[in-house]
Amino acid sequence: MKRFLLFLPLLFAIGVGIFLAAGLGKDPTKLESARIGKPVPQFSLQSLNDPEVLLDASLLRGEVTLLNVWAEWCPSCWDEHEYLMWLSKEKGVRLVGLNYKDQRETAFRFLARLGNPYREIIFDPQGALGFDLGVYGAPETFVIDAQGVIQYRHVGVVNRQVWEEVLLPVINKAKGNS
Amino acid sequence: MRFLPAILVLLMLSGIARAEVMAVYDFDTRAEEQRYRDLIAELRCPKCQNQNIADSNSPISKDMRDQVYRLMKNGATNDEIVGDLVGRFGEFVQYKPPVDKRTILLWGFPAIAVVGGVLIVAGVAMRSRKRDQGEPTLSQEEKARARQMLADKDQ
Amino acid sequence: MYPELGQVSLILALLLAVLLSVVPLVGALTGRDSLQAFARPLASGMFVFIGLAFAILTHAFIVDDFSVAYVANNSNSMLPWFYKFSAVWGGHEGSLLLWILMLTGWTLAVALFSRKLPSVVVSQVLAVMGMVCVGFLLFIIVTSNPFDRLLPNIPLDGKDLNPLLQDIGLILHPPMLYMGYVGFSVAFAFALAALINGRLDAAWARWSRPWTTVAWSFLTIGIALGSWWAYYELGWGGWWFWDPVENASLLPWLSGTALMHSLAVTEKRGVFKSWTVLLAIVTFALSLLGTFLVRSGVLTSVHAFASDPERGAFLLMLLGITILGSLVLYAFRAPVVHVRSRYGSLSREIFLLLNNVLLVTATLLVAIGTLYPLILDYLGMGKLSIGEPFFNTTFSPLAVAAGLLLGAGIFSRWKKTDGGWLARKLFWPLAVSLTGTAAVILYYGSFKPWAFAGVFTAIWVTVATLWDLWDKSASRQGLLHGLKRQSRSYWGMVLGHLGVAMVMAGATVVSNYGVERDVRMVPGDSAMVGEYEIVFKDIGNRQGANFTAQYGSFDVFLNGRKVSELHPEKRNYPVGMSVMTEADIDAGLFRDIFVAIGEQISDDAWAIRLQYKPLIRWLWLGAFVMAFGGFLAIADKRYRIKVRKTENNRAEKNRPATGSVAEATS
Repeated sequence: MKRFLLFLPLLFAIGVGIFLAAGLGKDPTKLESARIGKPVPQFSLQSLNDPEVLLDASLLRGEVTLLNVWAEWCPSCWDEHEYLMWLSKEKGVRLVGLNYKDQRETAFRFLARLGNPYREIIFDPQGALGFDLGVYGAPETFVIDAQGVIQYRHVGVVNRQVWEEVLLPVINKAKGNS
Repeated sequence: MRFLPAILVLLMLSGIARAEVMAVYDFDTRAEEQRYRDLIAELRCPKCQNQNIADSNSPISKDMRDQVYRLMKNGATNDEIVGDLVGRFGEFVQYKPPVDKRTILLWGFPAIAVVGGVLIVAGVAMRSRKRDQGEPTLSQEEKARARQMLADKDQ
Repeated sequence: MYPELGQVSLILALLLAVLLSVVPLVGALTGRDSLQAFARPLASGMFVFIGLAFAILTHAFIVDDFSVAYVANNSNSMLPWFYKFSAVWGGHEGSLLLWILMLTGWTLAVALFSRKLPSVVVSQVLAVMGMVCVGFLLFIIVTSNPFDRLLPNIPLDGKDLNPLLQDIGLILHPPMLYMGYVGFSVAFAFALAALINGRLDAAWARWSRPWTTVAWSFLTIGIALGSWWAYYELGWGGWWFWDPVENASLLPWLSGTALMHSLAVTEKRGVFKSWTVLLAIVTFALSLLGTFLVRSGVLTSVHAFASDPERGAFLLMLLGITILGSLVLYAFRAPVVHVRSRYGSLSREIFLLLNNVLLVTATLLVAIGTLYPLILDYLGMGKLSIGEPFFNTTFSPLAVAAGLLLGAGIFSRWKKTDGGWLARKLFWPLAVSLTGTAAVILYYGSFKPWAFAGVFTAIWVTVATLWDLWDKSASRQGLLHGLKRQSRSYWGMVLGHLGVAMVMAGATVVSNYGVERDVRMVPGDSAMVGEYEIVFKDIGNRQGANFTAQYGSFDVFLNGRKVSELHPEKRNYPVGMSVMTEADIDAGLFRDIFVAIGEQISDDAWAIRLQYKPLIRWLWLGAFVMAFGGFLAIADKRYRIKVRKTENNRAEKNRPATGSVAEATS
């Protein structure tokens, strides 16, 4: 019995080792959204293209939508934009942009250089809608179903791997349910 | 109001660096001011390398501080304020882990360990005392044998 | 050319380390003196080569050799020379080389100071240390070579040392910390050697004790320096954040304290041997765990050196082999037979055992709190954060309990203490503590339960320690003579405990009665913080060695009288493109006044952080008192008994060790 007790520290250490090994390579800054399963919060913000037009949550209802949070000052947004163009043009994905804490001039410059894949762009210079959505940095991409309910939130760039392994399954499920 | 630890270096690198105009919040009483400080020390910046929103200079931390101030002025309780931010960003932003069945072991650990340890020590102490009482003594025959053996050794 | 030499030095050191791990051990296990004799020269050789490698790296920094990648990433031609020197350990690769330098240094120290130990034991201890060296040398050579070159595109200038690290804190904190971490490897090696040769006795405890105490003292200083550095450097006046990296340094400290106390019992009374051996293994394991956590990216921290999963994997493997290997050895070889010793329920043995219970609980608490988010995430149960609120709530009661136990335990005697006598002894500590605490609470103004508990415990420990000192120094020739008669070992203990009391007092008072304010000020404004009035005079510009700064002037008044002038700055480092807040502090024995400049709110208005920090210096002074106590304890006469070289003694040296008192140690 006593000898068995002496093996306990070893077992404990093995357990800790397993957790540490599992933690390697994981990115601790990628958080899950607290908004999943909740509808997009109400908002009333200008469209980027036309300050006269006011957009609200109905923009995100009716069809499964990808809401992409971006800004000109965000380097990774420059990286992912090409793939977003492809998704929009080739795959017909309904992309709505949320221009987060940016300025009109710089946003236009960005779009002029890289193209515009968005059906519509919400202009959120104060980051108010972003704050309500739980956005903490750019880029982030939300999958929103036809009822306007948030199904998923991806933190970081959207590329082929992310699309195929993460977003597409969620979109298909959302489409299947509507 | 907020100061710039090295995290600013990282922010610079991620391109969000801008000179920010930050508000210093006004409070009616010192107690309120203290309450605000306590709250923002307990909330975590979701994108920083482990900083509370009191010490972080990131834009999201500022937004969160604004929200805390706004809610305080609207008369929300501490729980409601923390709940509001957790509702947006998840449990991650709370430095005080909630007490639920996942964290029972965590919160209860010190008490369990100390009680367990004290019981073990009590056991050790009692076993030692028993040793004291149950000291074997030699019978007459054994004493004679012992005397004989000692005498043999001397020769 | 030199960096390649450095690389070669590392490889040669590795070869010597491998030999050191094997040859003396074989010699010890087979009784061959000739093989055992290799231990000391191998240890010396290893140290020489690592010293050479370190010197070469330092040289590369001083001469601005930017062809070496590590130098280019951590230095700059405009950096002042003393920061170039400390930049050697400013990044991952260099700090590892420092680790290894310390490791080989300690190995050499053991080799040099163990002449009076049996050769068999020394061989085994050095062999174990050699194995640890092999592990780290493999790690640095394979994954973290500081001598990698950037040829052929040598950069024109370096990326500069992070401005936060351009400070005396960097010069002192890591070396002290590493001396502590690495120093615990000696106790570890002694423990494994004892498990290997089966001789786990009071002699083993006596040999291990001074090495453990010295390592502990260095670690205490290292942690205190880290806390002090964070306080004045980071600009927000915090001194402990329960950050994973900070916790990683606290873990071996808590465990090491338990080990120190447990060794005392094992040495004196020969009991709790299995437990003490386990503590020796665990303490070093925690040092290694700390090294892993800081570099692997597994936990998020402002202090993290590197987050490289590849290196993390290698390090984890190294960690695994070392810790699991030693715990397997422990499980199979630790004694299960009880020593038939008797001790009463209020004996010193029991008090020290309870001390261990509290310290080990504290260690496990900090470890679990730090790793819990990782575990829950792995199990898919969400991403939690565990920070100050949790640790402060759970750690404080343990600290208070440990302090209360200390006060009572000081008076306890080995084997048996009379309960009534002990209770009578505690009367005066209780009375003085109650009144003293009441006085402190009145002085600072408000009653807070935790403030009361903390201050009470600090005074309790102080009074008990001094009372015991007074008791023991009773002498017919007067108090002074009695005091001088006490051994350094005893004085070490007294200082150690007084130091703890100071730390407790400082932590309690500053946490409960400190004031922090952020105020909007224009030149001419004044604001109150605590009883002090701070007047903002003006703000201008100044130029430094590698930065430009905005330079503020503040006057501090108390009760209408000017107390000091403070000049905080905001520095702009063009090379690293970063801005640093340099607070200015009016430091005092009983309080600090802390002023730092925040953001510019408008053309002439600034956000200013003002802090009143009562007793904060006691935190670090107390730590230094503790460490000084530790150093004093190892200077005790018993570690310096000269063995006279007679025929008998020379023969005695080569016989296996016994527990006899004549065998003096290290």
